Amino acid sequence: MALDTDKNSYTVIFAAVMVVVVGSILAFLASSLMPNIKENERFAKQQNILYAMGVNENGDDAGSVNFIPTDKVGAEFTTYIKEQLVIEGGKTTQDGEAYLIDLKKQLANKKKGKPYKLPLFIGEKDSKRLYIIPMYGKGLWDAIWGYIALDDTMTVQGVYFDHKGETAGLGANIKMRYFMDDFTGESILDGTKYAGIAVAKGNNDPLNKTKDDNEVDALAGATITGNGVAVMIKESVNLYKDYLETIRVK
Amino acid sequence: MALLTKKDASLILDPLTDNNPITIQVLGICSALAITAELKASIVMAISVIFVMALGNVVISLMRNIIPSKIRIIVQLIVVATLVIIVDQVLKAYQFELSKTLGAFIGLIITNCIIMGRFEAFALANGPWKSFLDGIGNALGYGVILIIVGFFRELLGSGTLLGFPVLGDPILKTGLYATGYENNGFMIIPPAALIVVGLIIWVQRSRNPALVEEN
Repeated sequence: MALDTDKNSYTVIFAAVMVVVVGSILAFLASSLMPNIKENERFAKQQNILYAMGVNENGDDAGSVNFIPTDKVGAEFTTYIKEQLVIEGGKTTQDGEAYLIDLKKQLANKKKGKPYKLPLFIGEKDSKRLYIIPMYGKGLWDAIWGYIALDDTMTVQGVYFDHKGETAGLGANIKMRYFMDDFTGESILDGTKYAGIAVAKGNNDPLNKTKDDNEVDALAGATITGNGVAVMIKESVNLYKDYLETIRVK
Repeated sequence: MALLTKKDASLILDPLTDNNPITIQVLGICSALAITAELKASIVMAISVIFVMALGNVVISLMRNIIPSKIRIIVQLIVVATLVIIVDQVLKAYQFELSKTLGAFIGLIITNCIIMGRFEAFALANGPWKSFLDGIGNALGYGVILIIVGFFRELLGSGTLLGFPVLGDPILKTGLYATGYENNGFMIIPPAALIVVGLIIWVQRSRNPALVEEN
């Protein structure tokens, strides 16, 4: 049987069948893999929060990022994270699943003037209380996000950054240890102002020995991603300013 | 030998040299610029494209007699996009770490013109086995160039290979840096890839003058 593939009716039918077939394949796949994907995302969030507060398996030698393995992360998360708070309209409540709050959605609500929830995590490591703030912002191509762990003097104890689609080898390096480690020890305060930490070019301090300048050394070739990180930190800590003022040691 | 006839073998080998998709057909340049600042990304991209291209070529080849010619480009696009999304979802469910590394490449794979080019030029006119070999060959040809460019850009731009410092420490001035050597910051920005690809094209054509177009 010879098919006349040039007929309009054939073209329309083919297109319709193709859409249905492809659509069902993808829908079936998405729904059958969803539980696994959701679980992986949950583990990743726990890993990232723990990473920011310094609970990770980083060795002293190589500069690679090593999370707590997924089979242990659930238990470690409950050990180290003492409280999960949700700040909504100035009121603070406890919520054991605060880490699942999608910050992107909450910030969109804020923009539309709707009520929004801000999650915050209190961890304890080496009998020191750490306040871990989630962050969300934009890089050059797409979203960037992360967590920043502060102590009660507003000094950074660790950060974690990640990104959706920054340039490999350039902006994508914000999730490299040599960039993230620089933030540790910096203060987010400038006097009493929540100034954040600038990602500065040419601050002549590549080893980041000066910890009181609210600056870390930028990544070469990644100016816009770096600026995005700086803006993200500043905006995020300012969202939590009211809460942080209540726990800050003055 | 039984597995590959001489013609089959040339389907794989030609794109590696005298019919290379990047240096001869000048396709797929955009992704060659975007992701070759480091070697690891080049390798990941090369492997992903081999996979998508081989599979996509087979699927298109199997469908070649029923695809309406008026909408064939759209059909090709749907096939690539579907394959890439399937791979992405499966990795997200079973290899989460790897999927995060690949995340940035997904869009670049779908829009890679080598893939569309091979569907259009080869798979629509040939059987599945030949198309499979053609897909592998062209993706390898693409991958080889990507890896060469990534090698030089990472080595000269950052002084590392696959993230390992091979030239010493640029800040503490050890190794080669003790002699006053500096990393070339230009190599890590995209225009450097154009120059490296240009140099590869130059070397290849001067070794084989038959490749030079007549004016």
